[in-house]
Order: sequence, then structure tokens, then C-alpha cells
Amino acid sequence: MILTQMLSYPFMQRALLAGVLVSLCAALLGVPLVLKRYSMIGDGLSHVSFGALAIAVALGFTPLYFSIPVVIVSAFFLLRIAENSRINSDAAIAVMSASALAVGIVVISLTTGMTTDVDNYMFGSVLAMSSSDVVLSAGLSAAVLVLFVLFYHKLFAITFDESFSRATGLRVDLYNTLLSVLTALTIVLGMRMMGAMLISSLIIFPALTAMRLFRSFRAVVLCAGVSSVLCFCVGLTASFLLSTPVGASVVIVNLTVFLLSCLLGLIRTR
Amino acid sequence: MESTELLACRDVSLGYEGQPLIEHLNLSVQVGDYLCVVGENGSGKSTLIKCLLGLMPPLKGEIVRVPELRRGAIGYLPQQTRAQKDFPATAYEVVLSGYLNANGLRFFYSPAQKSAALMNMGKLGILELRDKCYRQLSGGQQQRVLLARALCAAGRLLILDEPVTGLDPAAALDLYKTLSYLNTKEGMAVVMVTHDLGSALKSARTVLHIDHRAWFYGTAEEYLRSPAGCRFREAQA
Repeated sequence: MILTQMLSYPFMQRALLAGVLVSLCAALLGVPLVLKRYSMIGDGLSHVSFGALAIAVALGFTPLYFSIPVVIVSAFFLLRIAENSRINSDAAIAVMSASALAVGIVVISLTTGMTTDVDNYMFGSVLAMSSSDVVLSAGLSAAVLVLFVLFYHKLFAITFDESFSRATGLRVDLYNTLLSVLTALTIVLGMRMMGAMLISSLIIFPALTAMRLFRSFRAVVLCAGVSSVLCFCVGLTASFLLSTPVGASVVIVNLTVFLLSCLLGLIRTR
Repeated sequence: MESTELLACRDVSLGYEGQPLIEHLNLSVQVGDYLCVVGENGSGKSTLIKCLLGLMPPLKGEIVRVPELRRGAIGYLPQQTRAQKDFPATAYEVVLSGYLNANGLRFFYSPAQKSAALMNMGKLGILELRDKCYRQLSGGQQQRVLLARALCAAGRLLILDEPVTGLDPAAALDLYKTLSYLNTKEGMAVVMVTHDLGSALKSARTVLHIDHRAWFYGTAEEYLRSPAGCRFREAQA
């Protein structure tokens, strides 16, 4: 009853469809990112995409068409920063995130003023997805999923052992770039609904949850995907019932599931 | 190139940014060889390995590799990284990833590769660990898993970078025995960087000692008679 009522709103249908696709992509990509110690890249990218979104709106561009190239370019940079051992990479990424955030806020306050827009970008809005956004999200998510499945074994190899993969002739840099571009796409797509502050949790939480529960890489990837989609659906329903923001609700559900999985993991090792 | 030669350095200088660590190095690894690379920290052992693997060009000279090695058929056992210590993957998943180099543009493993991976695990006595999680294995077991992966990738050459670091003496001894077995019975050529000279000299046929631009290359007996080898024997006595 609640479900049929919820899904009778077109904006909820769009949110559900786009959200399920984006949370699935985010969870799958999250496993190699977390294991490679690249979680910060996801966080950095979401802040950059906030800045890009603010500029796009100020200049009157279609937000997604402007942010996607900007965020992909910054994904290249963030990856180089993270791989460069000479500079203090986590500090560099933190500085870049904060700067992008500051630029975004200044641009917004100079143009539209600090209205509900900022709130929506920061913490997401269920109303953010137009139907053309949903079509674009569905297409790109499908591309992310297909690429992930096709390159699954190679992504495993470069995640587990970069030097071995390099020595046996795998093009490690190519696959690292693929990983960060796919992540950039996922973040841009999910950001409007989840919010710039919260989207990176969609990447990190499912991977952490799954790693507590499973021992094989394949099981961890599958579990991350399933738990992410379920958490999103539960979070979306909760936000509808309680009139809470969707992004924060989804994160709370993810946190609860993560804590439960920690508990389960502890009980099992006893 | 002689037909039994897998890998050779011809008048090679190695180093970073024009600063050579090793100069005018000549060596040759034949089918079935067992070469130990020893030397102080920072003397250029890891740099040499990188060049032999083709990950880095030499400053001068030429490194000759047979075509199969150029295609990535090298069984490389790198030093373990921190991230691997808590990696959720089964031993079988790790071993199987040794076949990626042979796959080229194909995306998935063939049934033949899957059974060959299990055979390599059997050869190293870790078949019963196939569904165990990598992070729950002991150090010695982890090294065996990585060695099995290296065997999947290898044609005729294994390159190992300090394989016994962090292993307890019994596990280290086991690993040396396994390497000797692979070398003598399976005809696998072995190039190993190590600090553990004493145990390594028991099975190594040739030794490369690198020491601040100077180097010694010869058989294990010749090495023990050389100045560097004498110092080592005195230290042991």
C-alpha cells in the first residue's frame, strides 16, 4: 500500500530507478577502490563535482553535460596524485576537495545566492532527477556495469598486486584510469540525489560491509552490490515515510547494515 | 642469442636519473639456471629486477629477453604489499590471476587454465587451501600461493624478490626446498634476490653480488673464493 502509493509519484519512480542503478555501480567500483586505499579519491571527486555543478548552473549549462567532463578530468589528476609517493597524497586530495567546495559555494552565493540550491547540492534532493537525467543515468550505469563485468578479472589482478600485473604485461595504468573514470561517472550521476557530502559513502560502505562478511573477492563484490541496492531501497522508502532527505536516510541505513555486519563478523570469529 | 639463453645483460648500466648504481654488467640466465642476487640495501638489486622484468629501461647497454618473456611469461614473485595483508580473496582466485597475461583480449579464464591453476596448487601442496581466504593464511602459505600464481604466469623463468622476508626459519627452508624442486625437476630457471645468503648458496648455481658499482658474477664456488665471499665466510665463522 505504502509502496504503491510511493511509486505512484513519477519523481519517486525516477529516483528509485536512477538510485538503484547508481548504488549498484558505486558498490561494485567501491570494492577495488577501498582495497587499493583510494577511498579518498571518491570523496575528492564528489567535492569537485559539487564545484562543477555550481559553475554549470551559474553559467546556464545543462548540469550533467558540464560536470561529467570536468569530473573525469579531475579523476585523472586525483589518480596521479594518489599514485605519486613523493607528495603527501592524502593531504593533496583533501586540499583539492576543500578548494572545489569553496569555489562552488562562492559561485553559488555570487549568482543565485545561498538558497535552497546549496542545500540540495550538498545533501541531495529526491526531486533532482528529471526524466532526461534518468535516461542518461540508466545508459551510463549500464556502460559502467558492462565494463566492470568484462574487466572484472583484470581489475582484481591490479587491485591485488600491481607489480605482478605490470610484470606480466598488464596495462595497469589503463585499468587504473578506467576505474577512476567509471567512479567519476557514478559520482556525477548519483550526486544530485545523494548530495555531494554523502555520495562517497555509497562507494565505501557496501565494500566495508561485504568485507566483514565474505572471504572471496567474488562474494565480496556480489554482496556489496546486493547490500547497496537493498540499502538504497530501504533508505528511499524511509525518507518517503519520515520526510527525511533521501541521501542522509540511505547513509543511515548503510551505517546500520555495516554495524550489523561488524557484529556478525565478530560473532563468527568467536 | 644462444638457444638455451632466456635472459642476458650486455654491458648494462642501471640507475635513476642518469646516476648509475651498477655499471657494465654482463650476465646470462640459461634454461634451468639458479641465480642468486645479493648485496647491501640500496645497492640496486630491486632496480636490476625491474630492468630484467622490462618495467624500466637500462641507462646504457642492452637487456636481451627471449620472445616469451617479452610477452609477459615471467613468473614474478614481488615483495608483499601492506594492502595484501587484509585482502578478501581466496587462494584460488589469486593463483588464477597468474593467467591474465596469456589471455590478451579475452575477458574470462578457459577451463584448461582453471584446471592448470589447480595443478600448480597441487604441485606446491596448497590444494586444500583453495577456498581459504588469503588474509587468513600464514606467511609461508601466502608465499606458496604467490609462487603458484607465478608458476601460472611463467614459461621457463621465475624471478623472486626477497621471498623469505618475514618468514620463520622453517617456512623459509620449505620455500627453498620447493624452489630447488622446481629448478631441478621442472627445469624452471630461478633468479632470486635475497639477504639470506647462507641458505641461498646451498642451492644457487650462480651468484651476482652487487656492491656500490662494483659487482661479482660467477658460480657459487667462485663466489666463496672471491673477496666478497671470503668476508661472508668470515662473518659466518
